[in-house]
Amino acid sequence: MSEQIICKNAALGYEDGIVTEGLNFTVNSGDYLCILGENGSGKSTLIKALLGLKPQISGEIKWCGGFSAKDIGYLPQQTPVQRDFPASVREVVLSGCLSKMGFFPFYRAAEKKLAKDTMKQLGIESLENKCYRELSGGQQQRVLLARALCAASRMLLLDEPVTGLDPHAQTELYELVAKLNKSGISIIMVSHDIASAVKYASHILHISKKQLFFGKTSDYLNSPVGKKYIEGWGNENE
Amino acid sequence: MSELISTLQYYFSYPFVRYAMIVGLLVALCASLLGVTLVLKRFSFIGDGLSHVAFGAMAAAAVTGITDRMIIIMPVTVLSAVLLLRTGKNTKIKGDASIAMISVSALAIGYILMNVFPVSSNISADVCGSLFGSTSILNLKSGDVWLCFIMSAIVLIFFTLFYNKIFSVTFDESFSKATGINSDLYNLMIAVVTAVIIVIAMNLVGSLLISALIIFPALSAMRLFKSFKSVTICAAIISVVCAGLGIILSILLSTPVGATIVAADLAAFLVFSGISTVCARK
Ligand SMILES: Nc1ncnc2c1ncn2[C@@H]1O[C@H](COP(=O)(O)OP(=O)(O)O)[C@@H](O)[C@H]1O
Ligand SMILES: [Mg+2]
Repeated sequence: MSEQIICKNAALGYEDGIVTEGLNFTVNSGDYLCILGENGSGKSTLIKALLGLKPQISGEIKWCGGFSAKDIGYLPQQTPVQRDFPASVREVVLSGCLSKMGFFPFYRAAEKKLAKDTMKQLGIESLENKCYRELSGGQQQRVLLARALCAASRMLLLDEPVTGLDPHAQTELYELVAKLNKSGISIIMVSHDIASAVKYASHILHISKKQLFFGKTSDYLNSPVGKKYIEGWGNENE
Repeated sequence: MSELISTLQYYFSYPFVRYAMIVGLLVALCASLLGVTLVLKRFSFIGDGLSHVAFGAMAAAAVTGITDRMIIIMPVTVLSAVLLLRTGKNTKIKGDASIAMISVSALAIGYILMNVFPVSSNISADVCGSLFGSTSILNLKSGDVWLCFIMSAIVLIFFTLFYNKIFSVTFDESFSKATGINSDLYNLMIAVVTAVIIVIAMNLVGSLLISALIIFPALSAMRLFKSFKSVTICAAIISVVCAGLGIILSILLSTPVGATIVAADLAAFLVFSGISTVCARK
């Protein structure tokens, strides 16, 4: 178990103020971390900070052990792709392989096979030559997930990955991610689905204006924060 | 018909016509390739702004009396491209405004310079020439053709080698960045190459019509095709065909070269729009 990401007393926000602060947690290789929190509590902002897309206001976010952006797959919450962007599903999925290729300019057989296998795994091989922007929301989500899987060799960051998927596809996705995690890829997932979060994740990070909880999932279930959140979630869904 | 062919044969026996054809096709090819990216990145405005900067730089170069004007035009345009891309990224509205500001200022200063320090007696013809490129393409020397050849080769190699990365950076910049692709570097290279193409293209169609050369083929191709690769290839073909057609027509009809090429591009756009509307209705 080696440390991959260490976050020390980090504060995150934008020009108009701090969104969340006091973040302290560690991600070890092989962990499955689930990030919970209300809408607008800064989960997506935290993911972007971990990826180095949005620098933190203060504190420290450190990547350790020779671990770099090239080892990461990322599924953004929303991809602001323009309505008229011409891109086939195959082109989008293949672009996930780019980070592995260094300065080599063309896709080799290995990358093409990886893309093909991943598309098969997610059941989108038949869409291969379709235009990305003409797909349904759920199909687009799968395409972006396939791209993220192609890129992930050591860690996968997923920002609300099940949005737009039907219940069956959601379960499939959770099982797939769990399988990847067992094969040694660390997972960081933002989710609203607390039942699945506590079922699959090894660690929970619960944030609001401040960090409310970080630790093992079993400890979370017994913590005051966790109990309250699970109850509240239960009521909401009755 | 045979009369047309013999007219063309007559014209193409002159080296300057052959040079114009070669340079025209090369520039059209380069501009269209880059145009796909610029249009998709919502940077098509930059082409316009830069061409005005290049015009200003050319006026300044003419005033200083340097024989090799490229020494001034090229660095100034490249620098402006880098600056414009930088500001355009920070805040959207400010970027737009700064492009407009820089481009209008460069145009005005260039025009003032040309008036205050007239190089020839016919200023309006000079200005018209630089803006619409009406004469310069027919005054190319073999040295210009070589320069254009080398630069086009560089652009083509750049585009082929980085094609996949350009796609990724254009499609989803934050994903590229997050997975360790140096998107800033690629954006910088795109800016530099844009500037280079604009400077070369200025000889062909003049600074006002360059954006047409960059934008039209990409927009036409996007009407019909739906993958990045097919759009890129189609844009390149449209652009080369229109440039060739435009040059030939301008010879036969004695119309201004640059404007005729743009008219051909416009016609292609209308045809493609028409086809896409018909296809959509089915
Ligand atoms: N680009 C931005 N500029 C300014 N504020 C932002 C930006 N993106 C998000 N925010 C603000 O940051 C807060 C957290 O957003 P986000 O991280 O997306 O929340 P979550 O993903 O947890 O729902 C929100 O209040 C939102 O308004
Ligand atoms: Mg979010």
